[in-house]
Amino acid sequence: MREITYAQAVREALAEEMRRDERVFLMGEDIGVYGGAFGVTLGLIDEFGPERVMDTPLSEAAIIGAAAGAAVLGMRPVAEVQFSDFLTIGSDQLVNQAAKMRYMFGGKVRVPMVVRTPAGSGTGAAAQHSQSLETWFMHIPGLKVVAPATPYDAKGLLKSAIRDDNPVVVFEHKLLYKTKGPVPEEDYTVPIGKAAIRREGTDITVIATSVMVLRSLAAADRLAEEGISVEVIDLRSLRPLDTETIVKSVCKTGRAVVVHEANKFAGFGGEIVGTIVESEAFDYLDAPVVRLGGKDVPIPYNPQLERAAVPQEEDIVAACRNLMRQSPRWRARA
Amino acid sequence: MAESMATAARKVDLPPGRLLHMYRQMLRIRKFEEEVDRLYQAGKIWGTFHLYIGQEASAVGAIEALEPGDYITSTHRGHGHSIAKGASIPLMMAELRGKETGYCRGRGGSMHIADVESGNLGANGIVGGGIPIATGAALACKKLGNGRVVMCFFGDGALAQGAFHEAVNFAAVFKLPVVYVCENNQYAMSMPVDRGLGSTDIVIRAAAYGLPGVSVDGNDVLAVYEAAKEAVDRARRGEGPTLIETRTYRWRGHSKSDANRYRTREEIEAWKQRCPIRRFGEYLEGLGLLTAADRERMEREVEAEIQDAIAFAESQPDPDVSQLADGVYA
Repeated sequence: MREITYAQAVREALAEEMRRDERVFLMGEDIGVYGGAFGVTLGLIDEFGPERVMDTPLSEAAIIGAAAGAAVLGMRPVAEVQFSDFLTIGSDQLVNQAAKMRYMFGGKVRVPMVVRTPAGSGTGAAAQHSQSLETWFMHIPGLKVVAPATPYDAKGLLKSAIRDDNPVVVFEHKLLYKTKGPVPEEDYTVPIGKAAIRREGTDITVIATSVMVLRSLAAADRLAEEGISVEVIDLRSLRPLDTETIVKSVCKTGRAVVVHEANKFAGFGGEIVGTIVESEAFDYLDAPVVRLGGKDVPIPYNPQLERAAVPQEEDIVAACRNLMRQSPRWRARA
Repeated sequence: MAESMATAARKVDLPPGRLLHMYRQMLRIRKFEEEVDRLYQAGKIWGTFHLYIGQEASAVGAIEALEPGDYITSTHRGHGHSIAKGASIPLMMAELRGKETGYCRGRGGSMHIADVESGNLGANGIVGGGIPIATGAALACKKLGNGRVVMCFFGDGALAQGAFHEAVNFAAVFKLPVVYVCENNQYAMSMPVDRGLGSTDIVIRAAAYGLPGVSVDGNDVLAVYEAAKEAVDRARRGEGPTLIETRTYRWRGHSKSDANRYRTREEIEAWKQRCPIRRFGEYLEGLGLLTAADRERMEREVEAEIQDAIAFAESQPDPDVSQLADGVYA
């Protein structure tokens, strides 16, 4: 299969969905000739024109609200919010309007809209351009939240999001835009709400999203050399959450590490741990569940500080080693 | 008084039947709101609501300038807009009672009444929150080429919200078919306009977006109609948005918690003297279109209509708790 980048995969999803359905259009800041802050929409204006690839004023509330208003009347807008940090500016429209319209109005409207947004740290953009705010939106009934880790999923989940009749927030990680992976040329979708097991293992389940999936897989390679077999689950969707895949895996391994870039404190790792301990997997646990998440600080500028603020491959390796040492059965084996 | 003279002197091209319909619509809103208040006092309606009494000419005058396929977005003070846009009063009453058969299946209540079929894209509990929604609806109308127009209502308090600026600028940039109607009822809850706004010249804001701005007497239904008609026609011609201010006054408190500590009885009484319904009634009498007997008959008919709606709502079932999560997702 051919390999393309994550950014190209997103662009293909947008182009193919616009070709497939004339109700689909894009709105965002500098997405036209400029191609978006990360070049994701580059060239789309040439094929689809400024009516369908709309450069908007710098107005996140208007962008998200206009997407909701257009969606209610049957359009299928895809809004780009230039950095996920700017979701805060438009969050009334997302949280109080788009997410709630259907329920408040007695289930009588559909709000088929997508908000795509680059998230995460690692680019030196500091505290207001590097956050991982997915937990905020996971908390809101009426929204769906996805965070693809691979080019294949970036395309397939975005297509599902565009075809979904609910507001979907797609968190794309900036560090992933240039990563490459196999992506089919024919049409396909990835279902929202289904996790993927990226690597099978028997000792520890590592549950991750987005760029942390790549770091977890790299950590799993190293741990395999030490005889620790790690199963890596890529959640892909955060709301709805595929609790079945998580529980099944932890029942098998008896140990779990949850890794996300968002702040650990009140982050979605707590929700994953809750899912595990409230389920039958609790009886299979051989050790406490471990959470790795962002430190309790704004993302700093200095590259060493920035790196230290979020989980890295070596943190995942260390956490897994510690977990195995704590475990009585493993100690007996050693 | 002088304002009635202004109405009387107006040349209006509406047929008599249409004028009488507008009068009846204002009466329906007034009676509906009076009964809602009474039902609340009687413990039949709970939660909160915001009465439109005193502002009837603003909703009716503006919405009468729309065609049936056009859309509105409304506010937390939205009953008047719903009725003027053609909502079913029994279904509104059922919603206020929290009934399964209400407009929102009892999930929304007063602040979220919506009826997309009649073009009402929803009241809104967030001040200014509907302005971007209306703008997006207008964007859809433009993209769909359906010739429809969106009328977006909000109060003077919403002018201090960022969403107002973002959305109006957005609509101006894309020349969207939307009419922004700022109902200046003089107070954002307890904050008078001259303390809450840097400039009380509300429509001067339009110039900042390159739009026309028109301020009208919001208690003069025909003045509102004329300004709205011009703005709606302009929007339909593809010439973009207009900002209209309707200067009016709410007679009752902001909501149920309001003890009216921030304004005087004299001020309220002075505005009651400018009652939009009485003024329009006198105007119609002056034209020979309405007699005192007609007026009394119409009042009785409206009263009966509202009582029937109350009885309907009373008879309706509550939502089933087992269906709590219905309608979160499509």
